[in-house]
Amino acid sequence: MRYACAAMLILAIFATAARAEVDESVLRAEADRMAVIDRAQQAAVAIFAADGQGGGSGVVISPDGYALSNFHVTKGSGDAMKCGMADGRLYDAVIVGIDPVGDVALVKLLGRDDFPHAEMGDSDQVQVGDPAFAVGNPFLLATDFTPSVSYGIISGVHRYQYPAGTLLEYTDCLQTDASINPGNSGGPLFDGQGRLIGINGRGSFEKRGRVNVGVGYAISINQIKNFLGHLKAGRIVDHATLGARIATRPDGTVAVTDILDDSDAFRRGLRYGDEIVRFAGRSIRTVNTFKNVLGIFPKDWRIPLTYRHEGKTYDIAVRLEGLHSPEELVAKVQGRPPAPEMPDKPKQERPKQPKEVPEKDQPDDQPKRGPMHPGQAPPMPDNVKALFEARRGFANYYFNKIERARTWNRCVARGDFHESSGEWTLRGELAAGGEAQFRLSNSIAAITMPGGHLEAHIGDNLASVTDPPGSGGMLAALSLWRRLLVVGPDRFGNLEYLGTVPLVTSQDIVDRRAIMLLGHDRALAGAHASELCDAMSGTYGGVECRFIFDSKTGNLAALEMFRSPDDDPCELYFSDYAEIEGRVFPRQIECRYGDASYLTVKLSAIKLDKGGSE
Amino acid sequence: MPDRFTPASSRRVVRSLLTASLLLLFVSLAGAAQAVGLRDTVAQAEPKIAKIYGAGGFQGLEAYQSGLLISAEGHILTVWSYVLDTDEISVTLFDGRRFKAQLLGADPRLELAVLKIDATGLSYFELAAAVSAEPGTRVLAFSNLFGIATGDEQASVLHGIVASKTRLEARRGVFETPYKGPVYVVDAMTNNPGAAGGALTDFDGRLLGMLGKELRNTLSNTWLNYAIPVDQMTTTIDQIRAGNFVRKPTDEPSQKPEKALTLELLGLVLVPDVLERTPPFVDAVRPGSPAANADLRPDDLLLFVNDRLVQSCKALANELSFVDRIDTLKVTVIRGQDLIEVKLSAPVEP
Repeated sequence: MRYACAAMLILAIFATAARAEVDESVLRAEADRMAVIDRAQQAAVAIFAADGQGGGSGVVISPDGYALSNFHVTKGSGDAMKCGMADGRLYDAVIVGIDPVGDVALVKLLGRDDFPHAEMGDSDQVQVGDPAFAVGNPFLLATDFTPSVSYGIISGVHRYQYPAGTLLEYTDCLQTDASINPGNSGGPLFDGQGRLIGINGRGSFEKRGRVNVGVGYAISINQIKNFLGHLKAGRIVDHATLGARIATRPDGTVAVTDILDDSDAFRRGLRYGDEIVRFAGRSIRTVNTFKNVLGIFPKDWRIPLTYRHEGKTYDIAVRLEGLHSPEELVAKVQGRPPAPEMPDKPKQERPKQPKEVPEKDQPDDQPKRGPMHPGQAPPMPDNVKALFEARRGFANYYFNKIERARTWNRCVARGDFHESSGEWTLRGELAAGGEAQFRLSNSIAAITMPGGHLEAHIGDNLASVTDPPGSGGMLAALSLWRRLLVVGPDRFGNLEYLGTVPLVTSQDIVDRRAIMLLGHDRALAGAHASELCDAMSGTYGGVECRFIFDSKTGNLAALEMFRSPDDDPCELYFSDYAEIEGRVFPRQIECRYGDASYLTVKLSAIKLDKGGSE
Repeated sequence: MPDRFTPASSRRVVRSLLTASLLLLFVSLAGAAQAVGLRDTVAQAEPKIAKIYGAGGFQGLEAYQSGLLISAEGHILTVWSYVLDTDEISVTLFDGRRFKAQLLGADPRLELAVLKIDATGLSYFELAAAVSAEPGTRVLAFSNLFGIATGDEQASVLHGIVASKTRLEARRGVFETPYKGPVYVVDAMTNNPGAAGGALTDFDGRLLGMLGKELRNTLSNTWLNYAIPVDQMTTTIDQIRAGNFVRKPTDEPSQKPEKALTLELLGLVLVPDVLERTPPFVDAVRPGSPAANADLRPDDLLLFVNDRLVQSCKALANELSFVDRIDTLKVTVIRGQDLIEVKLSAPVEP
């Protein structure tokens, strides 16, 4: 009895001492960390393929259920999938957009408009040594949909990982020692405050088998922010190339060793042997850094580039080209289009696409579970079917229509011109002096300037309209502008939602204004994601055109018309919007071609005839 | 009765418990402070890590490893491996500067090597300031694992704790490792290609040891995450730096004895010297010769003569040319998984 008492006394003392020995601040830090993890993991998603074979992880980024994952996860899951969340509930989800090169996919969960979602962080602020944790569904363990959490630190930043296979290339990614295992793919990497800084997707495995070796890579959230608008467009997104090859020279500088003479970089003045100094605001000292910067931007974006040519430094804005031709990328993802069937031949079953061999440095192909119905995907549920529209070249065309309608409705709410289908007469002062008058109708586009009068017939072939000389085809571009406002995107012909782009003119960058704005060492990425503009693109009359809408007002801010892929577009910038007869209308139009401004006109008189007369 | 519980002993227990808890309080406070400054710790340690490139690059043999700077004048501590088995060892520092490195010396028992690059004013780990750690100590491992970092990119950092301090029982392939001394076993996954030669520090950035090579535990066959404590290596490093391991310049005939030792005198026949750097394997031992008396055998690989590293048949012949035939030669050979040291003397001339 005495011994028992003594033992209990000692135990009591130990217990008190144990509590007393932990400092209050440590307990608080521990509690804070648990709270952060608890909150963050609510947004994590366990993805299961609809047929029960395979899956991975994801993370919800908006209350209406948009969620990020890896392309290589959704590729195995099909267009419809099941997503389990920490609340123990299983939601239907549908594919929205894919980025096969960057290994990102956007899906949408259905059934709520108040999904717990992750707060986006700024991955350019992350430093080595910072705490980080990965949440996900490793080995598809989350049978009750409760995610697994692994805690670690950031092991490296701005990592470049060489392409694996034909598509995949990880650039500017984060490296962590938090355990990343098969099934973690597509899941979130959070910082110590529970902000989303990356999507886990790859690891260095090599000799050790396909389990964690302390080296996982996450696609930086800032890269994804650049692509998010394109992904929401239901697209198969491509990455960019400069159209030039870069190498490190013996003196340690990075220089152009090859350049395509039909590339935008060449037209902007970049030549063989030039030294690359800065790109998107980042100093370039290694080829890896250059590739890191290049890899985080979608094609068609204009990115500031500083180069040195024969001792002199130049600032240019380079329009990035696609890494693939559109059909090439689609073929790699969706396969070749089926050849038209020969009428007399017996119908043959097309051979299945060969399965891609998993790369040795790519973690997941996903872990497999025993199939419920081997080889047979269940039919798409009706609620998912309503949000899915297959179209070649798109991951899900339904979302393109949604985004296009949203953008157009916003624009048309400011000014509806569908009844003004008659002739438009615009008069104003030229910045260079003198007066200009424009006449635009369905069949003609004309300009009268101090230099004279030019009139172009607007027919099926806009590519042949180059007037006025040196403008890149301003009359054709103006007619496209009027056409969009009058008929709208549905009847424009082949006009689709493109995604989001920064509105940067070449002048902005030559002025160095954009470099200051976008610069520091934070690049374009992330810092101004909220200022990205909605864009639509399409073809009409044999030219490719792109309409860019102001992110704040929804007004049409710019139009770019490409008469030929090898030439600069004619650019129109619309500004100084003001209300005229109940509709907002631009009072200033600038036309740019190449590196120069062709004209700027301040409109003083605007007459828009009602339709029916022609 | 010694085990009798008394009020006095109870007071003693309370007192010692209080002392202990106070101590623990200090330790945990220090721990909390450490975690906050991890960015700084990393920033201070990164410039002291070197990326080393050399031989390899085929059949799963990486041509890179890690190293840590141990002097402002460019002394670099790393593991001794095939990567260094070339005349073209290249070192890239944290800021992207590249240097050609010279192999000052190596110790096959510890499997360490010291390189030297021609630089000054570098950040480095002061070996004398290295600390030792007990199990539970939180640690960081800095390395060039998987060759991820190139140029001016930062080395990778993993975190963990010292899981135990124990003797190394490991093998590479079927070979037991020569070093069987104490190591830190850590729970960070340091055992990756290219990580060997990296630094293990505590959370304050103080050096604890050098990350070891890719080895498997002899007992469990699992990959070992370990580092060799600095105190195990300092004597050897000092010797190498002091010049005891330095290979002498080869073109100074004045230093050569009139009658030097030869392989023939020792009764050693090496494999035919057909490569630029043919490893000095014993092909045959002449019966009755000094080599035979010392029990040297065919297939023995000569590593050291008189504590000088010999990496090729040519290097061996060159080293011998500096040894007078009246002197005793100390030879270290590797036979299977054992290191064997013997002394050889040429027969006295009539």
